[in-house]
Amino acid sequence: MKISFAEGLAKAIYESLAVDPRVMLVGGSFMGLNMNARKLMEPVVRDYSDRILATPVSELGLAGAAIGAAMCGQRPVVDLGTGSFIFQAFAQVVNEAANVHYMSGGQSNAPVTFYCLAGMRGMGAAQHSQRTQAMLGQVPGLQILTPGGAEDAYYLMKWALLESHNPTVFINHSLLFNETAEFTPGTPMLPLGKARVRRQGRDVSIIASSITVPRAMAAADALERQKGVSAEVLDLRSIVPLDRDMILQSVAKTGRAVIADECHRSFGVAAEIAASLAEQGLSYLKAPVRRVVVPDVPIPFSQPLEAELTVSSEKIQAAAVEILTSA
Amino acid sequence: MSEHPKELIEPLGKASGKVGSAERLKAMLRIRRFEEQCIALAKAGQLPGHYHVYIGQEATAVTACAALRPEDFLFSTWRNHGHLLARGAAPERMMAEILGRASGYAAGKSGTLHLSVPKLGVPTTSALVGGNLPLAAGAGLACKRRGSGIAVVFFGDAGLEEGAFYESLIVAKVWQVPILYICENNSIPPKQRKRGQYTSSTLPAARLGDVPSALQIPAESVDGTDVDVLTECFDRLVAEVRSGGGPRFVEVCCNRWPGNIMTWPELPGGEWQLDWAFGGRPDRAEMVAWLPSDPLLRHLKKLVEQGVLDRAQVEAIDTQVRAEMASAAKFALDSPFPTAGEAYRDVFAEADGRR
Repeated sequence: MKISFAEGLAKAIYESLAVDPRVMLVGGSFMGLNMNARKLMEPVVRDYSDRILATPVSELGLAGAAIGAAMCGQRPVVDLGTGSFIFQAFAQVVNEAANVHYMSGGQSNAPVTFYCLAGMRGMGAAQHSQRTQAMLGQVPGLQILTPGGAEDAYYLMKWALLESHNPTVFINHSLLFNETAEFTPGTPMLPLGKARVRRQGRDVSIIASSITVPRAMAAADALERQKGVSAEVLDLRSIVPLDRDMILQSVAKTGRAVIADECHRSFGVAAEIAASLAEQGLSYLKAPVRRVVVPDVPIPFSQPLEAELTVSSEKIQAAAVEILTSA
Repeated sequence: MSEHPKELIEPLGKASGKVGSAERLKAMLRIRRFEEQCIALAKAGQLPGHYHVYIGQEATAVTACAALRPEDFLFSTWRNHGHLLARGAAPERMMAEILGRASGYAAGKSGTLHLSVPKLGVPTTSALVGGNLPLAAGAGLACKRRGSGIAVVFFGDAGLEEGAFYESLIVAKVWQVPILYICENNSIPPKQRKRGQYTSSTLPAARLGDVPSALQIPAESVDGTDVDVLTECFDRLVAEVRSGGGPRFVEVCCNRWPGNIMTWPELPGGEWQLDWAFGGRPDRAEMVAWLPSDPLLRHLKKLVEQGVLDRAQVEAIDTQVRAEMASAAKFALDSPFPTAGEAYRDVFAEADGRR
């Protein structure tokens, strides 16, 4: 059966509440202002309103309380609303949640999920378009999930709510709700930390996550159609843990890597992957690695300015063509 | 493209030194008509993205700004159109910015959310709940150090739910900073909330002013629908802050305009009609119910009853204001979008001061 990203998310939340009474929702929007997607949350509200907390606009307090509850036996997910608002909660997420287990010498753990509806969503301007996976990736102790497909929205959310032992940042890109994927109920999840090969290819590896997954797929289709290029698309699914083995395997096969990511260029997710390739995969590379990422500028409001900075399918294609023709 | 407009208009009261009742009416009407243009442009698909309007709260911006001097600093929020217009921003430049055009104040970078005009003492606009509160305390500190001016910060009732509110009050009080906190409470009781309307604050304090009071910041509450009451209140509080009295807090009680819904604002009953002050009624029940707390309508009725203005004079003012705002919309629509290179400018300042 086909499910949409929003359906996968709502289903995961509903089933997790049903399975484990420790699961609780700190805030319950999850779908932002997407009215169709919001309807999918109605069963959750109908059946589990006693486990949905009404939330004041107090991100730091909400995140901190969820971390506290998690350390004391609950399994909360905090809806931080627009993903950029995680900054209001940073002190608790970064300096408390991430350190709890380590600081206690492994005695305490905080299985809390921070849900962020993040990314360049279109006219969000500088304060509502943040992608925080790269900077959060600098914080040992945080797991960072970045699903790019509907089945992974389901599996990864369910994993975070029911199985994770650690604080998890679940980054859901605002523009993914309508993406669909094949889904067979009852099949086990591809383990966390494994990248998903979305498309097999021989000539170039396109390494993607979150919103860049559908864009990489579109780029791969166009490359095949227009240039006869066979592109492999890797969906990382999570930034932490990062599946370096699969990245290296894929590049060993294709000899070329385009890394598509919505974080800023410098010190970003793509930078980390490029560094891993330089350290461990240099002999595989037939051409320089290309990062297709957001330049190091804040996100402007005006549509053509935002478009200039957006990691589009066209830019991914162009980067692939460039490294295929340069060597 | 139209001729480039002047950057600023004359701030309220600057010329006369004193703001009259009719002037305040016009200032409120300008905000109302400006935002009706926003809503029309959004309906026409010209205003992309999320935006918020100030309809029903205009009296607060107009009376507060009338008490300010050019050297003062003002901080607003995502609901900033009224504050900026009342402070003297040019509607053409604002509208161009709201539409993401090159001739906007930020060359398209801010949109509606972060509209700011440093020349008017509005250095930045945060669209994060509570984001402006610590900044405003810092502006007040700057005023104290240079020995002139005050800071005024506008925010909504939900701002009190952020820790930033509490911390801002603490530093402002400890340093005796000249700052006026203006909380525009446009909350709505949960039972009266229609589906799709924004939620309201959930602060478990009996009165919003109890929080600043506990920190020894004098707090009061005022009717946000009465221009004369607001004028007295802001003139007095601004004078107290200006004379070194330290921070003040005021809760302005507004009654939520029914078109203020979460996704995109709507105009229930269409554009606001002067006729509603002369016996006419909107054709939507929620507007009929709300109009007694419309500060614009209240003030207009009062001026007519007092004989300050007659219907013909009011119509003339409205015609002029409508033309001004239609021309602002036209200017914005005629302006080009910024070129792609603009995206890379202004990341770091290269000199002291702005281009």
